Amino acid sequence: MRDVAIIGVGMNKWGELWKQSIHEIFVEAALEAIDDAGVDHIDSMYVGCMSGGLFNGQEHLASVLADYLGVASIPAARVESACASGGLAVKCGILDVMSGASDIVLVGGVEKMTDVSGDAATFALATAADQEYEVYQGVTFPGLYAMMAHAHMHKYGTTSAQLAAVAVKNHANGSKNPLAQFPQLITVDDVLNSVMIADPLHILDCSPITDGAAAAVICSLETTKRIDKKPIVKFTGFGHATASIALHSRSDLTTLTATTEAGNRAFKMAGRTPADIDVIEVHDCFTIAELMVLESLRFFEPGQAGPATEAGLTQIDGKIPVNASGGLKSKGHPVGATGVAQIIEITKQLRGEAGDRQVKNARIGMTQNMGGSGGSTVTHIMEVI
Amino acid sequence: MAGIVGYGAYIPRNRIRVADIAKTWGADAPSYERGLLLKEKSVPSPDQDTITMSVEALRNALQRAKIDAQKIGALYIGSESHPYAVKPSGTVVAEAINAIPDCHCADYEFACKAGSESMFVALSLVEAGQVEYAVGIGADTSQGAPGDALEYSAAAGAAAFIMGKTNVLAEAVVTYSYMSDTPDFWRREHEFYPRHAGRFTGEPAYFSHTIGATKGILEKAGMKVSDFKHVVFHQPNGKFPLRVGKMLGFTPEQLEVGLLTPTLGNTYSAASPLGLTAVLDIAEPGDQILMVSYGSGAGSDAFIWKVTDKITAVQNAAVKTRTLLDENKVYIDYGTYAKYRGKIRMNDNN
Amino acid sequence: MAIPNYWRSIPQRYRYEAAKCTGCGKIFFPPRIVCDECASRSFETINLSRYGKIVTFTVIRIAPSQFVDQAPYPIGIVELNDGIKICTQIADCNPDDLKIGMPVRLEFRKISQDGTPGIIQYGYKAVPVK
Ligand SMILES: [Zn+2]
Repeated sequence: MRDVAIIGVGMNKWGELWKQSIHEIFVEAALEAIDDAGVDHIDSMYVGCMSGGLFNGQEHLASVLADYLGVASIPAARVESACASGGLAVKCGILDVMSGASDIVLVGGVEKMTDVSGDAATFALATAADQEYEVYQGVTFPGLYAMMAHAHMHKYGTTSAQLAAVAVKNHANGSKNPLAQFPQLITVDDVLNSVMIADPLHILDCSPITDGAAAAVICSLETTKRIDKKPIVKFTGFGHATASIALHSRSDLTTLTATTEAGNRAFKMAGRTPADIDVIEVHDCFTIAELMVLESLRFFEPGQAGPATEAGLTQIDGKIPVNASGGLKSKGHPVGATGVAQIIEITKQLRGEAGDRQVKNARIGMTQNMGGSGGSTVTHIMEVI
Repeated sequence: MAGIVGYGAYIPRNRIRVADIAKTWGADAPSYERGLLLKEKSVPSPDQDTITMSVEALRNALQRAKIDAQKIGALYIGSESHPYAVKPSGTVVAEAINAIPDCHCADYEFACKAGSESMFVALSLVEAGQVEYAVGIGADTSQGAPGDALEYSAAAGAAAFIMGKTNVLAEAVVTYSYMSDTPDFWRREHEFYPRHAGRFTGEPAYFSHTIGATKGILEKAGMKVSDFKHVVFHQPNGKFPLRVGKMLGFTPEQLEVGLLTPTLGNTYSAASPLGLTAVLDIAEPGDQILMVSYGSGAGSDAFIWKVTDKITAVQNAAVKTRTLLDENKVYIDYGTYAKYRGKIRMNDNN
Repeated sequence: MAIPNYWRSIPQRYRYEAAKCTGCGKIFFPPRIVCDECASRSFETINLSRYGKIVTFTVIRIAPSQFVDQAPYPIGIVELNDGIKICTQIADCNPDDLKIGMPVRLEFRKISQDGTPGIIQYGYKAVPVK
């Protein structure tokens, strides 16, 4: 099997992009990634998108996007794993290159969420949960994470202030990211005084509704060397796992088994442990998610991620910088694009191109992209060689 | 002899005070409270309707009857607030208790008499040997037009009775019904709130039929007023049953246990059936009970029940009606009440 | 929910019918046709207990449109006495009084409706047991 490297990244400013269609935002990011890579063609394309159907009334998206990108005729596929669709697109692209079927692959993600009403967006997102036995009962996505948060608080004594510390830290990071949707600084009091959505989660504990796209060009290591792109950022491990999408079917509500599994697979493949990781992007769709993910990946012992965040250990200059990009919380969360944007942030960190939010001496980075309330997770480990 | 082998009640926990309704409409609360002998009424939550209350009342009845629901051969629900204009309530309830598919279902409507008529038909089928067990339910989430006198009383509740011939708790000694065409209260198709004919609902309607049915059943049974430990009349308000009782020669003590309206309101099809559940909750073996319903339009069904020694073992097998009425209640304001009862004009997107 | 889907799940929503693996005894709600514990494909139908306790809960304050008239409403995960966990609204309570571990009972309630002209969909909600 061949080694795979990332040679180009592209991402537009995220937000409420009223004037742009789903094709436009995707093509913009894809062109930037292709230009960054300096390649004259791509062999195939994988696009993560959770719900072109419900957000835009458009399925069969891979062909639409390939056509608008001007590469119609290449094999293109849209992949879906709810909010982990982007990470899954990257994984599919890696497999394509590894197998030798393709050499240069565009992996991207896109979600255009503001073409529908807030209620319709809520419905579309809720299709990532168990429609028959969760959504039917009236639960929302914030509600599912709120139930995990409550269980976590009950078991470990995690506090609302610790949850708020995640949001405060991610907004501080996002303030240094020119592409972030909500770059403003916030305080713990801002979070705690913001409107309650689903107890104990306030609106500032939640990631926003966002339009956005992200794309990357990946290829075989041989081709990377030929193009002479430096520094070379290589994928050294990836992991992908599933779990019950229904929260109530899980034996422990305070841990994310798919994340643990996907993490273990990536660590094993890369021959790394959490202690080796210099910078990580995790799926902080809600503040509690960041804490649970860090514990499920064993960056912290169960129950310790909250105190660690409060103590600053996950800041850019902390023991393990988490979500230097601002995370989903500040950067925005265009569902299908999120997993690819995480890959872009780690690439920039490893290339030393992260500007004010650069993590010093970042050599090994990791991403964790999660679907639904934890029913799927895709992880990647990337290293400078 | 056939009779009741299981009974159960259900009352939503929300209450609104008559005073709070009166305040909204600028009416004089004390005169309503005195005039109707009505302090407060039950209000269903948005997630409760005639069907949900029927299921819970019947589950309580099954806890007392301890029978296999598959042996229930007929299930009838009387209500003037079936959730669907077309589509049975009974099939939902039969599914919920697993009485399907070998079961005859029908929904009845006869203003406030629909509950007792479902009991009458269920009892008759058992007496005729057509089915082993039959269920009769009276349930309503009644609506009164905003500001109308009916709004002060229209309430929600359900009572379910399982009729059978073995392990009977209360034998049906005699039944008698009394009917005429008397248009005192009605609701036309597609109308949201019912209409009534004011004071015409009194003497020629409620009183005439209740008295007619009572006299008729006493004559048919060869019994007299003093033979009964308890009597339950239809109770559209607190005042009518007391007055009709007095006119017929019953004492307040005979009416006391079965008179729930002052703190429950008028539960329409469930009114006299719920009164009967409250009586059965405290009845002693040998007690004789007279129950007379009234439904506008108009008619009364009368039953004489004789309590057996089986009653004491089941009274605590499910929640008692007085517990439902007196405990675990919460008071809501008129705004919440209006929201719960769909009285607020909403955007048509849900 | 689409009518055929709702109709198929009536035994679960009304009567709490579950599948119990005849191989290892594991209970599945809703029923499955292969056991994830022992790979058995043989099941018997059982009715779950109506009683259980709250494992976790939240209060939904920003509700989907079909639940707006009930907001704010508590919803939680309830472990029934059979050990099966379900997601359900917790009705007839003051949210401030709810606690993890609190005993509850399932009641038959309206869950939602397909607008005022459409069908009414019923199911279970938990209510605190005194
Ligand atoms: Zn098994």
